Amino acid sequence: MTTIDNYRTNVENQWCPGCPNFGIQTALKRTLAELGLAPHEVCLVSGIGQAAKLPHYVRANVFNGLHGRAIPAAIGVHVANPALKTIVTSGDGDLYGEGGNHLLHAFRRNPDITVVVHDNRIYALTKGQGSPTTPRGEKTRLQFDGVEIDPAQMLATAIVHGCTFVARGFAGDIEGLAEILQRGIAHRGLALIDVIQPCITWGRQPIAWYRERIVPIPEDHDPTDRDRAIGLALDAVDSFPIGVLYEIPSGPTFAASYRDRVGNRPLHELERLDRPTIEEKLDRFIVRT
Amino acid sequence: MERSIFVTGAAGEGIQTIGDVVARCFLVHGYPVFSTQEFESRIRGGNSSVRLRVSEEARNAPCTTADLLLALNPVAREHYADALHSDGLLISSDTPTDGGNHVEVPFVSLATEHGGQEIYANAVAAGALCAAVGLPFSVLEAVLASAFAARGEETVRANVAAARAGFDCAGSALGGRAPAETPKRDASYAYASAHEAIPLAAAAAGCRFISAYPMSPSTGIITAFTRDADLGVFAEQAEDEIAAINMALGASAAGARAMTATSGGGFALMAEGISLAGMIETPIVILLAQRPGPATGLPTRTAQEDLLFAIRAGHGEFPRAVLAPSDPQEAIELTVRAFDLADRYQTPVILLTDQYLADSRFSLERLMLPAKIPAAHLADPTDFTDYARYAPTESGISPRLAFGQGDHVVCLDSDEHTPEGHITEDLRVTRPAAVAKRLEKERHLRSEIRPPSSERIDDAERMLIGWGSTKGAIAEAVDRLRSEGRKVGALHFAELWPLPSLDPPKGAQLWTVEGNATGQFAQLLRSQLGWSIEGTIGRSDGLPIDAQFILERMS
Ligand SMILES: Cc1ncc(C[n+]2csc(CCOP(=O)(O)OP(=O)(O)O)c2C)c(N)n1
Ligand code: SF4
Ligand SMILES: [Mg+2]
Repeated sequence: MTTIDNYRTNVENQWCPGCPNFGIQTALKRTLAELGLAPHEVCLVSGIGQAAKLPHYVRANVFNGLHGRAIPAAIGVHVANPALKTIVTSGDGDLYGEGGNHLLHAFRRNPDITVVVHDNRIYALTKGQGSPTTPRGEKTRLQFDGVEIDPAQMLATAIVHGCTFVARGFAGDIEGLAEILQRGIAHRGLALIDVIQPCITWGRQPIAWYRERIVPIPEDHDPTDRDRAIGLALDAVDSFPIGVLYEIPSGPTFAASYRDRVGNRPLHELERLDRPTIEEKLDRFIVRT
Repeated sequence: MERSIFVTGAAGEGIQTIGDVVARCFLVHGYPVFSTQEFESRIRGGNSSVRLRVSEEARNAPCTTADLLLALNPVAREHYADALHSDGLLISSDTPTDGGNHVEVPFVSLATEHGGQEIYANAVAAGALCAAVGLPFSVLEAVLASAFAARGEETVRANVAAARAGFDCAGSALGGRAPAETPKRDASYAYASAHEAIPLAAAAAGCRFISAYPMSPSTGIITAFTRDADLGVFAEQAEDEIAAINMALGASAAGARAMTATSGGGFALMAEGISLAGMIETPIVILLAQRPGPATGLPTRTAQEDLLFAIRAGHGEFPRAVLAPSDPQEAIELTVRAFDLADRYQTPVILLTDQYLADSRFSLERLMLPAKIPAAHLADPTDFTDYARYAPTESGISPRLAFGQGDHVVCLDSDEHTPEGHITEDLRVTRPAAVAKRLEKERHLRSEIRPPSSERIDDAERMLIGWGSTKGAIAEAVDRLRSEGRKVGALHFAELWPLPSLDPPKGAQLWTVEGNATGQFAQLLRSQLGWSIEGTIGRSDGLPIDAQFILERMS
């Protein structure tokens, strides 16, 4: 049986003690154990940043690639081996900033992966510059007079672009987050989970400030109600509605037709095309009538 | 017999179709054809040409003058007039004021009259060309029938009727100038471009994944995979070249042989990904089809300007191989080799082609796969109890498992990492060992790189050194210089990086011949091999290097 201990690594953790990233780590391990997934059945993909170090702290396959490029790498992994549970865990700067274009097109492609955004509204690893989710007016270590542009609305953007599972979690609520992660990972198609993860070193507000403003999404919310879901996604200024905002059954996932053709197998298990097939194609270049 | 035929017109007028039909007529009649295309970056208008070189022995190199010029419109007629030999023949729909050896064929009116629609003007032109070169009409009829069979009998009939009208019109206008019938030869040829051959070689080498972003002249590569689903290669048009290379690396890490294809601008965007491949030691083949830069440059023209960029692209120090084929057959061999080297050394391999190799069709007896296609090099998961992705070895090459092979976990990290693949800042032991490991791989890779081919070097006083696509032109230049009694030889490099140490040919003055203005390969030979290079015959106007160009600069 898989327990949370199976996911332990002995890699030295570089996060600040007390950082809510630890909450995401615990919630993820718990979720994977509850889903009964063995570490070798999981591939964690990240970019660069504090958040992006998470894969080193959870035993699993790891692709810790370039800043901003976790999404395309995860798509490649998923196509090449659909049997793996491919989960992206990276920061708001990484996924919404440097890699924003990839995320936008990932919504359209709808690969069967889960994307967990550690949204601390700051570039933490590079010591406190504004991120795409930093609120307007907030002073940072680079925008000394305050950020002068509005934050990106990626959850609403996701819904508009056909993402079929969109949720917001809170790193300070491990139980609740694990529940959302479990639903997201089980969801067929791309699941986007933005996790509010206050940075206790560079952030302007302490965890308690966020905790006071966390509200569960209304009990009567119908997650298939697109307009309401967009409203809840945008409504994260003075309070943060937490839970699954939007969930509808997904249509075909990315590369489904190719997978059908090759029998849904990992690509490294496929036999080579046989020589005569290629030779016959090469001979078709010989011009005869 | 040797003929050079220019089919010229505006983009969208169908010169490709005409060129292709006439080329196929010669080929089925037993004559090898070499064709190049030269066009502007636009969909309509401008001036473009398809150039056919027909001979008895294959002459796979560009020619720059025509003995037969077909112009579909007056602008093209004027634009290409200088290319026509003084005793060459012009076929056009209008009469030039300066007279000359000319045949007037009203393409469009004959098309509507005999084919029923203007679009058959191409068939009229093909008919006129066949008459002018002495190809029997039956050959053209057969080629048209097979080319248009899929579009139905009526299309074939209309094409044949229009072609007949063009054939007869040109025939009677030529009168006594009409050539004797070209005799049929008993020979057949494979007629293909390097970019048409490469996708098949990639599939044979086990490629299963390509992600790419459209950019001339590389777009044909990914398109070949989407057009032929039998090749079994997953092909995705990425949102940009950064995504393209990172997707391919993800797929490769999960065990798929993967590639991408691009041109200079896209390759620039991939640079960080190339460095990532070096760091995480994940195989990838990157086809870089060169065109003239900087920036957007000349999108549809050819160049060899990205050699040093291909060798240097990507920050930090890591091994890579750079291979540059010269024709479709060598492209097949080097494609298979690229996948093998990438896989064995777990590092990026760059296949360097250009617009000339993308768009020129060569005549070769046959296209063949290499006798042996190496198997994939993934390790066996049952060999390990504890697996470390970057376990130290003597060669620097660690046994590679893909994600999901067996029940090991595989950790890849773009940060400097421990043998287990975890982030580290141990500068004392781990970092130096990791640097040495990557460079050790380069040392082994270098020892495998093949020496250049040589031609007539024994008594050569002057040596022309080329790489990649210029091989045919240089060989032709050497032949022509030899026939004038000049002692010239050639060295040609297909494997460009990492250059193994090699003694310079003794007693000869060395010149490089390159499609760039700064002698990039000469710089490399000087800095890497210590060769003393006299100078460079460089071309940077966007056109392929041809023998005449070399000869003019040698005198
Ligand atoms: C191409 C590139 N540009 C810039 C950086 C520097 N960089 C590293 S992490 C980072 C921002 C990280 O922010 P985020 O993704 O929000 O992660 P956090 O540290 O906040 O968890 C930046 C700009 C880099 N590594 N690579
Ligand atoms: S800098 Fe901020 S985000 Fe990073 S570990 Fe410390 S508290 Fe967490
Ligand atoms: Mg952040």
